[in-house]
Amino acid sequence: MTTVQAARGPETPIMAIAGASVSFGAARVLDGIDLELRRGEFVCVVGPSGSGKTTLLRLLSGLQPATTGTVFHQGTVQNGPARGVAIVFQDYAHALLPWRTAAGNVSLALEAAGLPRAQRADRIAALLATVGLAAHADHFPAQMSGGMQQRLQIARCLAQDPDVLLMDEPFGALDAMTRQKLQDEILRIVAASGVTAFFVTHDLEEAIYLGDRVVALEPNPGRVGAIFDVPLPRPRTQLSTREHPEFLRLRRDLFDFIQQFEP
Amino acid sequence: MTAGVVGRARGLILPLALVVLWQALASIRGIESDTLAAPVQIVGALGDALVNAEFWIATRDTVLSAALGLALGGVLGAMTGLVFGLVPPVSRLMRVPVEVLRPVPAIALVPIAILIFGFGYALEVAIVAFAVFFPVLILIEAAVRGVEPRLTEVARLLRLSPGARIAKIVVPAVLPRAFVALRLAAGLALVVAITVEIAANPMGLGARMILAAQSLRAPDMFATLIWVAVLGWAINAGLVRAQAALFPDAQRPR
Repeated sequence: MTTVQAARGPETPIMAIAGASVSFGAARVLDGIDLELRRGEFVCVVGPSGSGKTTLLRLLSGLQPATTGTVFHQGTVQNGPARGVAIVFQDYAHALLPWRTAAGNVSLALEAAGLPRAQRADRIAALLATVGLAAHADHFPAQMSGGMQQRLQIARCLAQDPDVLLMDEPFGALDAMTRQKLQDEILRIVAASGVTAFFVTHDLEEAIYLGDRVVALEPNPGRVGAIFDVPLPRPRTQLSTREHPEFLRLRRDLFDFIQQFEP
Repeated sequence: MTAGVVGRARGLILPLALVVLWQALASIRGIESDTLAAPVQIVGALGDALVNAEFWIATRDTVLSAALGLALGGVLGAMTGLVFGLVPPVSRLMRVPVEVLRPVPAIALVPIAILIFGFGYALEVAIVAFAVFFPVLILIEAAVRGVEPRLTEVARLLRLSPGARIAKIVVPAVLPRAFVALRLAAGLALVVAITVEIAANPMGLGARMILAAQSLRAPDMFATLIWVAVLGWAINAGLVRAQAALFPDAQRPR
């Protein structure tokens, strides 16, 4: 551990998992995970059901303690949630406060960080503008579409001023058009803020489209099966990136990889 | 709007018809009864009562004791429910005492309460508070347990302090259900207050009713009964309106 702290610098992985496993009772969900997140990179995670994708994300968030092994954040051992690590949950409707407006929901993260009231309004306006909700500051979540609610959750996560943004199938419940739009927006937001993104999805094409690397998990128990580098140029665009030969090759490799575990 | 008024007016047809029928029977056959009275007599008695200062003092005594008992029992029940909901070990530890005390009918405590408090407000407030305490406790505990687990995780991720978690997440999440508990408890408070007055406490509308009955003044008894029903209806209607204003649909989770 001391060596990890000594090596703290730009090359230190922003987060690292070292030999971690997670068991629920007798059931081992993750086994012997070693993974590093480099600063500013976009890592996507795919895997068949039962491969522990969500558990891996919760392990990084600090919500789920490791049964064995260690999670490092900024070179130090992580024990529980940290403000620098934010999660975008898939079920936005449950993760937002229904009694607070869009502005109020963003405010929650600022209040938690102890930002004085006088400074909140400007930050809230800027964050809502970032996710394209400037005109909806006074709307309650129930008055917003699914895509807007997910944007709002992203805004609240950005209000934490995180260095790592964890996303658990954030667009899984949205329709195809909204999903593509939000994919491009999340790429823009991540690039603009320099945050490190960790994105769990079951959509292989989404993983390739967004990621710098795609981590493919094996099931029973969940292990890192393979890591695919994605050398596609940025900025990415829905049409040309998805037609890129490299995209098609990666799609086939990932598909073949996942396919071997499907019954 | 007009459709609503018409619909409501339609709902009044049957009760009004029954009252008219009752009056007609009373007028034709004549009622010589110590327990029944014709509608016209009852309306007359109610009219007399409404210009009588003692009647209003009785109304104040009943409403005030019910309200104070509701406030006392409701606040204590809500706070206990909050603690039980947030700290399950405490709830488990207290389960036996709560389950032993809860089924005790509040009215059964009147003799003990008279020994402790004597007659008057304190007696009635204490009995109402006891009656209201347990349902509020149980409803609030269940509401706290029912707070969306995802929001609890959000609170953990944002590292909210326990106080901030209660103030910003738990209490606002529980409020709509707490208001339903308040409506239930308000109805119960009025019932218990009137019952205590009928059974023992020589004040309020309950005492007035039992006195009228024992003096064989049936119209006065019925007039008071109708007045109690109007009070109960008005309190509930007021709370329903407040509920709609405080918790609009827009703020409900989907």
